[in-house]
Amino acid sequence: MAAAILHGVGATTPLSSVKYNNSRRSLPGSGITERKRASFVIQCYGSLSSGLNIGINRAVKLSTNAVATKQDSVTASTPSKPGHELLLFEALREGLEEEMERDPWVCVMGEDVGHYGGSYKVTKGLADKYGDLRVLDTPIAENSFTGMGIGAAMTGLRPIVEGMNMGFLLLAFNQISNNCGMLHYTSGGQFKIPIVIRGPGGVGRQLGAEHSQRLESYFQSIPGIQMVACSTPYNAKGLMKAAIRSDNPVILFEHVLLYNLKERIPDEEYVLSLEESEMVRTGDHVTILTYSRMRYHVMQAAKTLVNKGYDPEVIDIRSLKPFDLHTIGNSVKKTHRVVIVEECMRTGGIGASLTASINEHFHDYLDAPIVCLSSQDVPTPYAGTLEDWTVVQPAQIVAAVEQLCR
Amino acid sequence: MAQLIRRAAALNKSLPAASFAARGLATASTSSITVETSLPFTGHNIDPPSRSVETSPQELLTFFRDMALMRRMEIAADSLYKAKLIRGFCHLYDGQEAVCVGMEAAINRKDCIITAYRDHCIFLGRGGTLLEAFAELMGRKDGCSKGKGGSMHFYKKEGGFYGGHGIVGAQVPLGCGLAFAQKYSKDESVTFAMYGDGAANQGQLFEALNMAALWDLPAILVCENNHYGMGTAEWRAAKSPAYYKRGDYVPGLKVDGMDALAVKQACKFAKEHALKNGPIILEMDTYRYHGHSMSDPGSTYRTRDEISGVRQERDPIERIRKLVLAHDLATEKELKDTEKEVRKEVDEAIAQAKESPMPDPSELFSNVYAKGLGTESFGADRKEVRTVLP
Repeated sequence: MAAAILHGVGATTPLSSVKYNNSRRSLPGSGITERKRASFVIQCYGSLSSGLNIGINRAVKLSTNAVATKQDSVTASTPSKPGHELLLFEALREGLEEEMERDPWVCVMGEDVGHYGGSYKVTKGLADKYGDLRVLDTPIAENSFTGMGIGAAMTGLRPIVEGMNMGFLLLAFNQISNNCGMLHYTSGGQFKIPIVIRGPGGVGRQLGAEHSQRLESYFQSIPGIQMVACSTPYNAKGLMKAAIRSDNPVILFEHVLLYNLKERIPDEEYVLSLEESEMVRTGDHVTILTYSRMRYHVMQAAKTLVNKGYDPEVIDIRSLKPFDLHTIGNSVKKTHRVVIVEECMRTGGIGASLTASINEHFHDYLDAPIVCLSSQDVPTPYAGTLEDWTVVQPAQIVAAVEQLCR
Repeated sequence: MAQLIRRAAALNKSLPAASFAARGLATASTSSITVETSLPFTGHNIDPPSRSVETSPQELLTFFRDMALMRRMEIAADSLYKAKLIRGFCHLYDGQEAVCVGMEAAINRKDCIITAYRDHCIFLGRGGTLLEAFAELMGRKDGCSKGKGGSMHFYKKEGGFYGGHGIVGAQVPLGCGLAFAQKYSKDESVTFAMYGDGAANQGQLFEALNMAALWDLPAILVCENNHYGMGTAEWRAAKSPAYYKRGDYVPGLKVDGMDALAVKQACKFAKEHALKNGPIILEMDTYRYHGHSMSDPGSTYRTRDEISGVRQERDPIERIRKLVLAHDLATEKELKDTEKEVRKEVDEAIAQAKESPMPDPSELFSNVYAKGLGTESFGADRKEVRTVLP
């Protein structure tokens, strides 16, 4: 039980009386009784002190939408407004701009975010609109400007620190681990750190080893932070807004190769949940868990698999810390087989933690060992062919699923 | 050692000068007294302030009491540590009290102070109570960080005290962030980011200084130079131990950190400067009697003669005592009574802190995350609303 609580710290819905809308779950009777029986019970730390349940009862009924139910269309948009098409970096910018408009304490700092407009154009035009102090061009000093952002957050400002490439934030690891993650705890709750740290990471097109790092595995053990990875323009904007509004430090992982994805998103305002995962495709045979760029490799593999007669359920986990064990658990109970496809390294990656987590909580429901496909434990080579072989390719995913479902 | 003797000689010279400058018996506590600091200030790229400091009997007596309280607290913490009631690391500030007391006299609670791990006395200066301090040191529930921080993590949000940080030098960029927020909200206050001579060689300090100077942030970097970075003397760690000059384009001021009035003058001057012109470095020349922490005897890298020499010649409390007596603000006996009072206060606080319970086991998991997103997440049509997560 203690282990379950540890995994569920900061996670969603407590065990108390929350009305649960089962509309998108295909599993019958998966209501509260089901959850009570399972060993994985997600308890937020708040339920340990019962005073918190008052807040929950006040809440509106829990509904699990605003995520993809169909493969292509992403939104539950109303028919009246047509929505607008944009690229992922524009979606990030839109979310950022809406939040800056809404709250004067939101500010951005990073290298070349101001006059240059951001190296991936996420902050283009914002400096002209909001001025040099709110969209701050910093010198190349990751350790100290991340520290500066954290110090500013301690007073109530809501900074968004951009790492030009996630790999550069390794220089700020001390600030992120000790001051960002732990300050709320070591000050006994006196200081909140409502900071967002974001930047592109992942393996790109022959960028070389140092510019192709996946930091989610290094940051995942830091207590007190939340990590999310966006993968579509729709969830990029929603997660950006949620991260800015959150009082916790959030690290938003973007991917270098996904910035130019185009999608139609709603005109109306929406904010997604930081702790929820996205059901990309429902299915019955196997649960494929993935995030960020690998989602697209998985969907490509899914096409092949469907043609071969398999029915994979694809979940984009989105929330890397804490894991959405609720959605994942329900899926595992349905399909009994799990494949994890990730871009992290094999050793100590997100997949490794997720494997351990699922094994611990859903062992009874598994018919086969979990298969985890991750990148190779090598520095990313420059040569194109070698680089392709460091990351998981759709063919490998197809082979793994076939093997698992034999 | 030679430096210390020279300074001691200067002290002996200046006291008679101070009594000449005194205006005799001050009956009203608001009447002002002008005292000369022990040494002139040395400036780097800036004109130093004058040596004459305005003070009042009330202020001097407050200085005495506050410093005596801090000294007593640190000595008591020493005994508690040896009695194994305080565990882990315990870094004591005795000898350096003048820095925090002088600083407090020059600023208000809207100004922010952030420091490293030698933070017990600064916490007191910012409005922390003895009970909170001792309870935190002993890991009890009534501590300022609910027992979860420890010696190196004292914080007081209402008092503008931002900690309390264990990693050397990491607090300086945080301090510049505080200054950035002050500039952003335009509230005419400044941040004092304190660090030691050991931290003065950290790269992030210079990075932060560069940014503070670039954007004219109201940040005052205070180097509490006690001449030893744990066991390494400053001349063995720094090519240039003139820390106030290290800012290059940023002006600096060297201050006698054992003289509370000099510290007060320098901080007042620095605050005015920072609000108008941006960052400034203050180097406080001070000394710690204890070792680096309770696990360090403090005598393997310096002689006992040196320590007792400084205690005799430059002790901050003795200096204020001599001033008070020279100006007839209180009698010898009254000062001794104050010390006894202070001792009693500290003992009572310790007794009360010992009564305080250990934190509840559920506290292990509280405050990892701030409660609540504070908002709801919702879909585009706003009909399907998600619950506010706890």
